[in-house]
Amino acid sequence: MADQRQPTVIADNANIVYRIYGSVAPGANSPLASLKRIMTGKKSAAVREVHAVKGVSFVAYKGEAIGLIGTNGSGKSTLLRAIAGLLPVERGGGIYAAGQPSLLGVNAALMNDLSGERNVELGCLAMGMSPAEVKEQAPGIIEFSGINDRGDFSSLPMKTYSSGMAARLRFSIAAAKKHDVLLIDEALATGDAKFRKRSEQRVRDLRKEAGTVFLVSHSEQSIRDTCERSIWLESGVIRADGPTDAVLKEYETYVNK
Amino acid sequence: MAQTAVADSDTGPSLTELARSHGLTKAGRLPRLPEYTRQLWSYRHFIAAFANAKVSASLGSTKLGVVWQLLTPLINAGVYYLIFGVLINTKQNVDNFIAYLCAGVFIFGFTQSVVQAGSQSITANIAMIRALHFPRASLPIAVSLVEVRNMIASMIVLVAIVLLTGEPVTFQWLLLIPALALQTIFNTGLALFVSRLISKVTDIRQLIPYILRIWMYGSAVLYPVTFFAERIDGWQLALVESNPMLIYIELVRHALMENVELATSAPLLWLQAAIWTVLVGFGGYVYFWRGEKGYGRG
Ligand SMILES: Nc1ncnc2c1ncn2[C@@H]1O[C@H](COP(=O)(O)OP(=O)(O)O)[C@@H](O)[C@H]1O
Ligand SMILES: [Mg+2]
Repeated sequence: MADQRQPTVIADNANIVYRIYGSVAPGANSPLASLKRIMTGKKSAAVREVHAVKGVSFVAYKGEAIGLIGTNGSGKSTLLRAIAGLLPVERGGGIYAAGQPSLLGVNAALMNDLSGERNVELGCLAMGMSPAEVKEQAPGIIEFSGINDRGDFSSLPMKTYSSGMAARLRFSIAAAKKHDVLLIDEALATGDAKFRKRSEQRVRDLRKEAGTVFLVSHSEQSIRDTCERSIWLESGVIRADGPTDAVLKEYETYVNK
Repeated sequence: MAQTAVADSDTGPSLTELARSHGLTKAGRLPRLPEYTRQLWSYRHFIAAFANAKVSASLGSTKLGVVWQLLTPLINAGVYYLIFGVLINTKQNVDNFIAYLCAGVFIFGFTQSVVQAGSQSITANIAMIRALHFPRASLPIAVSLVEVRNMIASMIVLVAIVLLTGEPVTFQWLLLIPALALQTIFNTGLALFVSRLISKVTDIRQLIPYILRIWMYGSAVLYPVTFFAERIDGWQLALVESNPMLIYIELVRHALMENVELATSAPLLWLQAAIWTVLVGFGGYVYFWRGEKGYGRG
């Protein structure tokens, strides 16, 4: 049966470590101290490591929508970033994916000083669209985001947007493109109920277009409505992987303990 | 190998083999250099849009914004002339010292601002790097493009100064274009180099102002290039005169002005400039590319 299903994302013993430089004592950042460190080849005073994802393995298949749950700081965002190829995986393991996975996060950066329209243009170009495609898609993206529902906001700088509006615009940009693998990190949470419905529908559509979707959300309802499979990550380790109902039940008993 | 065997238990072969047999690619795989270059080329519209966005974000949409592009080099030239031309009087026997000085200040300033902005191009956009997938070299290259724009403004000012100080217009002026083209490639390589270096060794950022200042003193910006030959000789002089910034500045002075004393003959300067351009342009690009997959780590 495994032969008929086409795997799209495979994690094989993936370890991800953040290294934080700095957080040094005052004075240690003076030019002289810097020079000394560079000359002696020593690493910056304090290098601390955070082992955020520990030996994670799973296989995701085409047409699946997978919910990723876990308490804050359990490594969900980190895992998604690594799947997207934005964070390197430590030696001895690896993450493999079909095509180029796209990550859609709460702080998917756009330029705050620029108008919504320019951000749409920039974001689409950064996703690899051609200028002609951008021109064709831009009105639809702004329409879907609904930022113009209350006046002409698309020509105002993004810093004048509420956080919900900015999140909606970001989602609309990312959802404008077909993705083999789409990774959504709490991006639907900030929108209002109406937008959430619309975007969940969009997620289902994207999935039907033969992709795989990973969804991080703190809304159980969102996970239940969109994902038939879930992975529970805790302190960087997979605690459960299976049908959403079973995994959510296990997770609930853990959280309410 | 995998301590946590939570994956589907029906997979007989290892997960890595399964991935390979289905043609999945490793996330964060470094593309080969020609492939990377092709990707970068297909992102040229993004690079241009990002450069434009940077300009409009920094200047704002005001009319005066554009005026500042011309005003900044003018003010710079004025300050340096006041200090070095009038107060300290370093001009020695240079006929047209103000044009000589401005050529140095503007050409050095071109590279200087690329280095300063390039040193931030990864660290300041780390959120965008973590969120979107594009060839990272787009960022330092966009920085270099933004500075080309500023450089064109300062060249307009420079040409005006050169004309006002009585230099004739000659065919040699055309040499300005290849000289600036070489310097632009050199700058881009430098921006690529510096941005990777600083994303790894953040401490170096603290040193950049000092390095730039020392570099400026060694580039015959504020005093005539003959200053060096009068004081040092042998390998020391050869070392100072092989400084790429000194060479680019000399080329521009040679292009725009009559009767300037050069460090060496013009053909030799061109050769040296070409070597530096290839070395730093290509070297910086390769160095940056090799770090491509680590920039998201921060
Ligand atoms: N940029 C970073 N630098 C260092 N540590 C980080 C960084 N981002 C996250 N972490 C650490 O990695 C762990 C997992 O974080 P994250 O993946 O954001 O969790 P989640 O998304 O599940 O809430 C946490 O311990 C967090 O402190
Ligand atoms: Mg998170």
